[in-house]
Amino acid sequence: MSLQDNLNALRDEGLAKIKATDNLKSLNDIRVALLGKKGKITEVLHGMKNLPAEEKPKVGAFANTVRDTLTEALTSQREKLEELALDAKLNAESIDVTLPGTPVAEGEPHVIQQIIDQMCDLFMGMGYQVLSGPEVEEERYNFEMMNLPKDHPARDMQDTFYLSSEILMRTQTSPMQARTLETHDFSQGPLKMVSPGVVFRRDTDDPTHSHQFHQVEGLVIDKHITMADLKGTLLLMVHELFGEKFNVRLRPSYFPFTEPSVEADITCMNCAGKGCSVCKNSGWIEVLGAGMVHPNVLKMAGVDPDVYGGFAFGVGPDRFAMLKYGVDDIRDFYLNDVRFLTQFSKKG
Amino acid sequence: MKIPYKWLKEYLDLDVSAAELGEKIERTAVEVDSVASPSAGMKKVVVGEIVAMEPHPDSDHLNICQVNIGEAEPTQIVCGAPNAQVGKKVIAALSGARIADNIKIKKSKMRGVQSNGMLCALQEIGFPESVVPKEYVDGIYFLPDDAVPGASVFPYLGMDDDLIDIDVTPNRGDMLSVYGTTYELAAIYDQTPRLNHPDVPENTDQKAADLITANVDKDLAAIYKLRVVQNIEIKPSPMWMQIKLWDAGIRPINNVVDATNYIMLKYGQPLHAFDLDKFHGKQVNVRLAQPNETLTTLDGNDHETNPNDIVIASEDAPIMFAGVMGGLNTEIDDTTKNVVIEAAVFDPIRVRKTAQRQNLHTDASQRFERGVNHGGVQEALDAAAQLMHDQANGQVAQGTVTGSDQDVQPVLVDITIDRINKVLGTELSVAEVTSIFTRLGFGVEEHAGLYSVSIPSRRWDITIDADLIEEVARIYGYDNLPTTLPTGQMTLGVLSPAQRQIRATRTSLEAAGLNQAISYSLTTEKKAAQFALQPTALTKLAWPMSSDHAFLRTSLISGLLDDVAYNEARKVKNVALYEQGRVFYREDDQIRPTEEEHVAGVLTGTLNDSTWNDHEAKVDFYQMKGIVEHLLRDLAVVGPVEFEATADYPDMHPGRTAAIFVHGHRVGFVGQVHPRVEKQWKISETYTFEMNLQMLIDMQKSDDQYNPISKYPAITRDIAMLVDANVTNQQVLEVIKKRGGAHLTQVKLFDVYTGSKLPADKKSLAYTLTYQDKTKTLVDEDVTKAFEKVEKFLESELDAEIR
Repeated sequence: MSLQDNLNALRDEGLAKIKATDNLKSLNDIRVALLGKKGKITEVLHGMKNLPAEEKPKVGAFANTVRDTLTEALTSQREKLEELALDAKLNAESIDVTLPGTPVAEGEPHVIQQIIDQMCDLFMGMGYQVLSGPEVEEERYNFEMMNLPKDHPARDMQDTFYLSSEILMRTQTSPMQARTLETHDFSQGPLKMVSPGVVFRRDTDDPTHSHQFHQVEGLVIDKHITMADLKGTLLLMVHELFGEKFNVRLRPSYFPFTEPSVEADITCMNCAGKGCSVCKNSGWIEVLGAGMVHPNVLKMAGVDPDVYGGFAFGVGPDRFAMLKYGVDDIRDFYLNDVRFLTQFSKKG
Repeated sequence: MKIPYKWLKEYLDLDVSAAELGEKIERTAVEVDSVASPSAGMKKVVVGEIVAMEPHPDSDHLNICQVNIGEAEPTQIVCGAPNAQVGKKVIAALSGARIADNIKIKKSKMRGVQSNGMLCALQEIGFPESVVPKEYVDGIYFLPDDAVPGASVFPYLGMDDDLIDIDVTPNRGDMLSVYGTTYELAAIYDQTPRLNHPDVPENTDQKAADLITANVDKDLAAIYKLRVVQNIEIKPSPMWMQIKLWDAGIRPINNVVDATNYIMLKYGQPLHAFDLDKFHGKQVNVRLAQPNETLTTLDGNDHETNPNDIVIASEDAPIMFAGVMGGLNTEIDDTTKNVVIEAAVFDPIRVRKTAQRQNLHTDASQRFERGVNHGGVQEALDAAAQLMHDQANGQVAQGTVTGSDQDVQPVLVDITIDRINKVLGTELSVAEVTSIFTRLGFGVEEHAGLYSVSIPSRRWDITIDADLIEEVARIYGYDNLPTTLPTGQMTLGVLSPAQRQIRATRTSLEAAGLNQAISYSLTTEKKAAQFALQPTALTKLAWPMSSDHAFLRTSLISGLLDDVAYNEARKVKNVALYEQGRVFYREDDQIRPTEEEHVAGVLTGTLNDSTWNDHEAKVDFYQMKGIVEHLLRDLAVVGPVEFEATADYPDMHPGRTAAIFVHGHRVGFVGQVHPRVEKQWKISETYTFEMNLQMLIDMQKSDDQYNPISKYPAITRDIAMLVDANVTNQQVLEVIKKRGGAHLTQVKLFDVYTGSKLPADKKSLAYTLTYQDKTKTLVDEDVTKAFEKVEKFLESELDAEIR
């Protein structure tokens, strides 16, 4: 048998073995047996030294081809077996992806806080400052400076917790109007502010009354602020907080610190304005009070009402949250049941 | 105030539905609480005539009535009313009828006798008992004799009308009357109302001034007028008047009292009728109450007067709380012959206070509090006198007795068209604005856009130009205003540094797993005093509503523990909450407390509930402390943060509480709630912290938090040591850090062991020390040298046994 025949035989035998192998270890054994230092191909190649010189290149080239063929076959078989092994491993590793994920302990902002933040962010975007005032207030700011002199019947609308005859728990965030009007330097530009905070009323707690709740006051004073601006501002706020499909309407009302005074209704969220029991068939829900700042309020704070004027509004985030989410008991906001608090995830 | 629609139609041509009218009033004037017909939901309630009646054989109070309901044969109805009477026209609910409260009437047998319906009392067809005429309160109602059997009863009782219930704001007292509302609607619908005015027949030679005189303190009653009507005949008022009264919520009584109430409803001017023959003398005094004076009011209740109450006195005896309620001692009764009618304007504040003090909120006081038309007093008085003449055959004495009076002139308010448009953002023309003022019934003079508007006394709420702008805006319609946003000089809208840090605090604690709570600031005396970070006097409300909310909190923790208790009582065992808000500190001599921003948290149960792949870890001190450390890191306060064991807080566990120091300042504490206090709140093991957030906000913040990361590798060495059990981690750290050398960058505790393998008074602590140089690779020998120095000092300073 010639050397060449020998090589052919070794190649065919080797290729068959390689193809038949089903694991990486025996594949390696085949490689060593054929191409290793003491492998059969290596041995054959060693035998070349006995060949005549003119045959050497020819056989040598053939031998290299055989070796390359075998190497290639080994490599491809190895890759194939490795792929199979990986598949098997991955298969063994598969898990039930429907098992619950590991919970992340993250707390939520209070729903009223979310509404307050949303409002503050909106108004800051329009150049309003956010200001917070004292919760224990002087009667002067809470009432007198808001055009509610002593014995004004409108004071009956706001039953008050007093600490003394002069000091009280603020019944509204409106005193921040007087406080900022007093200190604002109009030479530096208009006054635009919102003031969120907690307020107190002498009310017995029930599903729709709470002795503690929140308000956000808004105030814009400049030389040419109009009631149309108030209407546009309230519409923008309602769109931001409730959505574009909500509309606003104004109705006449009365507050001592604004003239004209209005109450704003928004489209009923329960029936989308069609009329239902929630909105007493009107299609509208009352949400806030507003108006053009009363000249007396400006005067008392040292601002000339002939030059400056503007609008103010007061919003109840508690009421907003009740309407927006259908919360039917205001006390839920202050009892802090974890099952209640965690329902209002941040929606941005 | 409930206004019957038909009454308004007497003066105006209105063809809109009552609901539309209500909507219009609400959009233009005042809120409307409801628009409803008294007969809504009721049917088959007809006039019946009792033609025969015999006692029920098996009952001591039922009668078997044969009732003519307009059919060929009478129908049989069993009735238990004590006043059932043959010949009377009554209210019959037939089989299939619906009466008040949606009750359905069916044929039935009553103790074996067939009954084909029910004879009704007014209450049974929806009348509030407070308006049912007294003689019919305990029985069935008798309709007028000319009522037609079988016809619906609703028109006879005014129940086919619609009632518009308006909720009048304090400034629109003028609308607490049918005339006031008529004027308002006339403006809205641009009509001229057909109002009638009284024409008093003074049909006797008797002069009123000879019968009575009035001595009035003008400060108490700016206007005070009396008329006298003699020889009246007391009887029930005509049906049309009774209907108007009960529709408006007022009980018909007799033709004199009803006349005063009717005029009040019509004009808004409260009136009072006294029985002249019950007066002690000829003089009526309007004055403040004197000490020890008492008055029994018409409702039968006895009152002690207050020196600030205005009373009407006959000679010296009080006969009325002025503007509030009359006295029983001068009541109009069935025998009354001679009547004094009073029309006045009393000081609104005093009336309001008296109504509050005596708890007598009446239709009269409600109107006086909001003001009445000073220009309409005489007309109302005359109208009442005329009614008593017409309906009680009274003789009206000559003249009005005037105790005090005012010259009431229209108020002039100037305004320009430009001002109106500037405030409203509109482009209204002079013609449009003039038309609005005219529709409102105001006098208008206009030159080149400058208005002088003359306001009639019936609109006493209008005194300044802003009031006129409101009138223009609402009649023009708020829907018609443009929608714009403020323009002008740019302003900056950003959070202040303090507001930013408060937000960062919230975000940080939420990221750590705590939910934001908002608790009550007002609490009990005991809770208000607990957990305070510093000694403080408590702040009490002057007139709390309940002891639960009587004191201002001095700590946020007590509110959070209320929340924990609320949750645990509802089987919610895992509670992780924080609160950010104000607490209230006070010095003894301060009235107004100081408000300080605080932050606090509570943890109970577990922060991570057990899951299918992990066990729950019960919350402990270190978890709460970790949250505090996390927060302080987020706030980037400059300076070391230290925790020091403390037993200073009586409501905290003395062995598991640390005072928190930042840069040497005590800012708060963290620890376990004292088990005794846990018991007080009925809660399980709870960890908490509270810090003075204001202090943290005011502290210097690190702007430069970046430290370049060394390009050179770090070398770590572990050290384990045995120390006395009372040696703290803090002590060990201090030694390591002090003696660690320049390249020691981090010390991390990785094991604490006490237990059976160690002596009882010993514990084992193990730390990893990390060494790194920013400028070069550290040499092993240098680290070893530094490390050995640490070991040596731990041995010498803390008596540590290095293992």
